[in-house]
Amino acid sequence: MALSSEQLERYSRHIILKEVGLRGQKKLLNAKVLIIGAGGLGSPAAMYLAAAGVGTIGIADADEVDLSNLQRQILHGNADVGKPKVDSAKETMAALNPDVQVITHHLFVNAENIMDLIEPYDFILDGTDNFAAKFLINDACVLAGKPFCHAGIIRFHGQLMTYVPGKGPCYRCVFRQPPPKNAVPTCREAGVIGAMAGVIGCMQALEAVKYIVGVGDLLIGRLLTFDALDMEAHVIQLPDNPDCPVCGAHPTILQPFDEGVVECDLK
Amino acid sequence: MMIQVSGKKTEVENGITVMQLMEQQKVETPQYVTVAVNNAFLPMDCYECFSLKEGDAVEFLYFMGGGCDGAEQ
Repeated sequence: MALSSEQLERYSRHIILKEVGLRGQKKLLNAKVLIIGAGGLGSPAAMYLAAAGVGTIGIADADEVDLSNLQRQILHGNADVGKPKVDSAKETMAALNPDVQVITHHLFVNAENIMDLIEPYDFILDGTDNFAAKFLINDACVLAGKPFCHAGIIRFHGQLMTYVPGKGPCYRCVFRQPPPKNAVPTCREAGVIGAMAGVIGCMQALEAVKYIVGVGDLLIGRLLTFDALDMEAHVIQLPDNPDCPVCGAHPTILQPFDEGVVECDLK
Repeated sequence: MMIQVSGKKTEVENGITVMQLMEQQKVETPQYVTVAVNNAFLPMDCYECFSLKEGDAVEFLYFMGGGCDGAEQ
């Protein structure tokens, strides 16, 4: 596949990077990334991945744009309130870069649909806001052998880690099972600074790009935490967990399941 | 004695337990925080009785939801 002269110009700042080059840009154009959640984290991730020329971007979300989303969910604008988030997301990405094929999945992820949903994609970004979905995405990616990047944000804090099959611990190795409903605060209850979604969502996009191009060290076996009040990032080494029920030596989770009783109270 | 908490040198009382350290550090909802000591996860039922030693490195790993607010459930 040869790049057009317009593409050579559009991606010139990538191509000039020795870590990316023409080869890396072609990998991006051939890559398929799924973003689950077209919200705070998914917005900057989707926009940078679209701008980067990731050839196919799937975006999954069942919700409509709400006025309270606009403080941080930069995929969506004032005129999009009430519109399905996936439609608004597709319009924004298409306007950024016509090279990108955007596939919308207007649905809640659940145990029934997640394996089919993730199957066509090379890399998955978790931009969801509730623990049931986060554990579901983790389990499905482990079972399907798909790499993914987990992230979470609250108040002035954010964190992310990347799972690559066979290379390091998964989200369940660290966090075991979702906390009970309302046991830990959510962004709705506790708030979140809008730019924190930008910082962490962009880092998720970086992880996806690095994975696709094949450069650098991913956050495998490491949890990066970022505190915006004291402007400090900290990387926690994650030990392996041979007792992990999904990726450990003797797994007991053999298919995805819905952690229905522990969903966060968001409505 | 001196230990490391989230990568920072911290002076604590000799023999402080993980739970006492969490109280001192004002860790929210400690029962839902994963703790690693010297790069090994500590079972949750050990927080009360596990005493830290000089030079131990303690990390607190928090549940963090966030993300899209309203989507997916």
